Amino acid sequence: MNNALPFHDLSPDTASLVNVRFDGTEYALPEGANLAAALLAAGVTVFRTTPTSQAPRAPYCMMGACYDCLVKIDGTTRQACMTEVRKGLIVERAHTAGGVDENG
Amino acid sequence: MQAEYAIIGGGVVGLSIAWGLLKKGRKIIVLDGGDTAFRASRGNFGLVWVQGKGLTQPAYTRWTQHSATAWPTFAARISEATGHDLALRQDGGFDYHLSEEELENKVKSYEKLREELNGNYPFEVLGPADLKREEPNIGPAVAGAILHRQDGHVNPLRLLRALSDDVRRMGGPVLTGKQVTDVDKPSGFRLTCADGSVFESEKVIFSAGLGGIELGPKMGFRAPMRPQRGQVLITEKLPKLMNRPSGIIRQVDEGGVQIGNSKEEVGYDDGVTTDTITRIAARATQVFPDLARAQVVRAWGALRIMSPDGLPIYQESHEFSGAYLVTCHSGITLAAAHAMSLTDWLEGNDSAPDLEVFSEQRFAVS
Amino acid sequence: MKTADLIVIGAGPAGMAAASTAADAGLSVLLLDEQPRAGGQIYRDVKRAATVRGHILGQDFTEGLPLVEGIEKQGITQVFGATVWSIDATGKVACSVNGQGIVARGLRVLLATGALERPMPIPGWTLPGVMTAGAAQILLKQSGLVPKRAVLAGSGPLLYLIAAQMVRAGVPPLALVETQVRGDFIAALRHSVGALRGWRYLLKGLKMLRETERAGVLRYRGATGIAVEGERQAKALTFTASGQSHRIACDTVLLHHGVVPNTQAARSLGVDHVWSDRQACFVPRPDQWGGTGHDRILIAGDGAGIGGARVAEIAGRLAALRVATDLGRMTGPERDAQAAPLFRQRNRELAVRPFLDTAYPPYTGALSPDDGTIVCRCEEVTAGDIRRFARLGCKGPNQAKAFGRAGMGPCQGRYCGLAVSSLLAQENDATHDGTGYFRVRPPLKPVTLGELAATEDQTGRAG
Repeated sequence: MNNALPFHDLSPDTASLVNVRFDGTEYALPEGANLAAALLAAGVTVFRTTPTSQAPRAPYCMMGACYDCLVKIDGTTRQACMTEVRKGLIVERAHTAGGVDENG
Repeated sequence: MQAEYAIIGGGVVGLSIAWGLLKKGRKIIVLDGGDTAFRASRGNFGLVWVQGKGLTQPAYTRWTQHSATAWPTFAARISEATGHDLALRQDGGFDYHLSEEELENKVKSYEKLREELNGNYPFEVLGPADLKREEPNIGPAVAGAILHRQDGHVNPLRLLRALSDDVRRMGGPVLTGKQVTDVDKPSGFRLTCADGSVFESEKVIFSAGLGGIELGPKMGFRAPMRPQRGQVLITEKLPKLMNRPSGIIRQVDEGGVQIGNSKEEVGYDDGVTTDTITRIAARATQVFPDLARAQVVRAWGALRIMSPDGLPIYQESHEFSGAYLVTCHSGITLAAAHAMSLTDWLEGNDSAPDLEVFSEQRFAVS
Repeated sequence: MKTADLIVIGAGPAGMAAASTAADAGLSVLLLDEQPRAGGQIYRDVKRAATVRGHILGQDFTEGLPLVEGIEKQGITQVFGATVWSIDATGKVACSVNGQGIVARGLRVLLATGALERPMPIPGWTLPGVMTAGAAQILLKQSGLVPKRAVLAGSGPLLYLIAAQMVRAGVPPLALVETQVRGDFIAALRHSVGALRGWRYLLKGLKMLRETERAGVLRYRGATGIAVEGERQAKALTFTASGQSHRIACDTVLLHHGVVPNTQAARSLGVDHVWSDRQACFVPRPDQWGGTGHDRILIAGDGAGIGGARVAEIAGRLAALRVATDLGRMTGPERDAQAAPLFRQRNRELAVRPFLDTAYPPYTGALSPDDGTIVCRCEEVTAGDIRRFARLGCKGPNQAKAFGRAGMGPCQGRYCGLAVSSLLAQENDATHDGTGYFRVRPPLKPVTLGELAATEDQTGRAG
């Protein structure tokens, strides 16, 4: 058991690992796994920060209802908990600053 | 008498008038409806808009320009009093066209109006290349745009809240959950609400939007308004995508891109329909192709308050003097004028704006 | 455009049972679910998970297997990964599948959208590391993940279940912090018939509790003042129990104080909802078959009021029988013969609910949070903000939403709606029914403009 990681994996899948990039860091994650779960298992704690106050957020409901695990994939905001891991996936943090003026 | 003025309707129109009356030291009371009342103040597009209005009635353009000019002062006063930034930006606005022919026709009508207004109608026509410089994210399908320098936008929900705050702060009671069902004038005016409560006032202003249709005739108004539905979409908060608002797309200060808005004659149905929102989405992605990747988080339908000619109505009752009907479908644009100039009209002061052209007389059957 | 006799939205117990029963009666069924595989949340990924960790998850989970197998039959078209964003009263359903807009039309539509965890707004509940107990269940079922240093907090039998499962998995939680008090249990005994059946649940619960306690998991009851400590992520849970302050350092906090119907779809159709004091949430009032005020729309499962997986399954079958009769594939007497044992079974299963609801009430501290506590996670609107809007004259949540953006974010009010309505009701001294709920409209879930735009033609052709 790797004690540095917050989750214990009951049945580690080492056979089908693929590379996924999250926020610039490469991770080897099981193909077909739930992306939010796989990132949590890999030790990612903060998935995004909120547009309102830049507060850190991570998966909360894991069932597609709370929208706290939002990430950016191919330029579109997606729910990590509703996405499956696939080879070469490039995941970015959802843009942190909403509000036109902060960006303008 | 509980109040000099009773104002029926606590939306942006009613509260703007209340705000102006309070500034002049009048004693008022605002009677507002419930949580699920039809509320154009919640569903509108947030434009402070001049172009395209009054093409057949330049007096309407002038009244609109009067309000647009008054907006900065109005916004500054409210912000100062309440601490709410209304996010007012009056840096011009676009009218996008996908067809050159359509654009040319519009330009012709604007030129004619500019002449009638002695030149006070500052617009310019931008071809694709010029437009691209102003709005780098514009799509290739856009044939051109009219940039009108007097246009702008505001955060309409913050305006509603700030007005509500400020009217209360100045002592004007705003009572919610008070749906006025009857008005009569035994001596002063007497207003009866659905919950049985009764209020009295020396004068009464009907600014209840569509609510005026049923209530107005009790005081001798024609009140010939009708609901016209507009559907609006809004995206998740996005980084800056556009510089200026247009009549159909604008980026609000929080970052969401708001897209609208249909004109549908469907009575009191304020629902959202798949055919309309998909059509609105298709048009928006033609204008700003990057929007295709943005998530729409909400959509809504709201009912405009339309008069037969689309112009506002300002009318004092002939039968019951002291009763006024104020109704329009541009409550945000006209908020500054309603707040800063309508008290003079209500009280017949010398400095009162001439609103004769907006009386109900124009609907008289000749 | 796809057409079907019956479109079922949600492939949990209610949806799967309805699809199967309807197909048996000769109906064409289109079964839509947003997850990649059938099961819903209760039987999430049961087909894969039952084999590898059925022993940890227990029999209540593996019971879902026959249901999942039951939808593999002629007449049922399954579409997974389908985000339904619009349903109208004529039976038109718009959804997005892999970025493609699809419009389908059903002669009948069954809403089987299940439940959500009751939102539990406490200080720090938005921090990374704080999840619902249901989320932990999902991580365990679908992904085989168990949090290593976790505290469970709140009330309800689900907490015992997840604690026992964690023990079986060899990763027991650090503590079980419960909010209900002994008086709640005594009050629950008044529901005598339910209590009698409740004993069986209770024994099951006690067994799980013993399993947990044997593993050395600390247990607290009657906890108040629960808060999560941390800056960038959860570091500890603090609370008061038996007059003493406690602080338990941890990495994960799992919150739970019951589940509530996911009413978004039904509300978007204008189906009437009323406040249930016992369940402390709004519930629709379908007839015994699941019929709503709309001829073509039915509703079954926890979305119609919390009854649990077995009740949901029965309700799904009943709704399918009703649709089969409506569409002339079954006579009234045939329907009634099949339905009679189902009604009896449902009454038996439901008898325990008043007992459970009273024994494990929601945590009061989260029903009336302190002013500084966020209630709308998306737009970061606090309980104090909502109270202020009430003082500004907001009688209901729609005006409060306009005043301060609560419910305007991507979750569309799913996790703040009940809190906002309750706070306004408290502050205005009004009833929940008088206060009302958010007006829910399409899109029922965020959908990209591109997907909307690409849906245009299909909808257009449909007229």
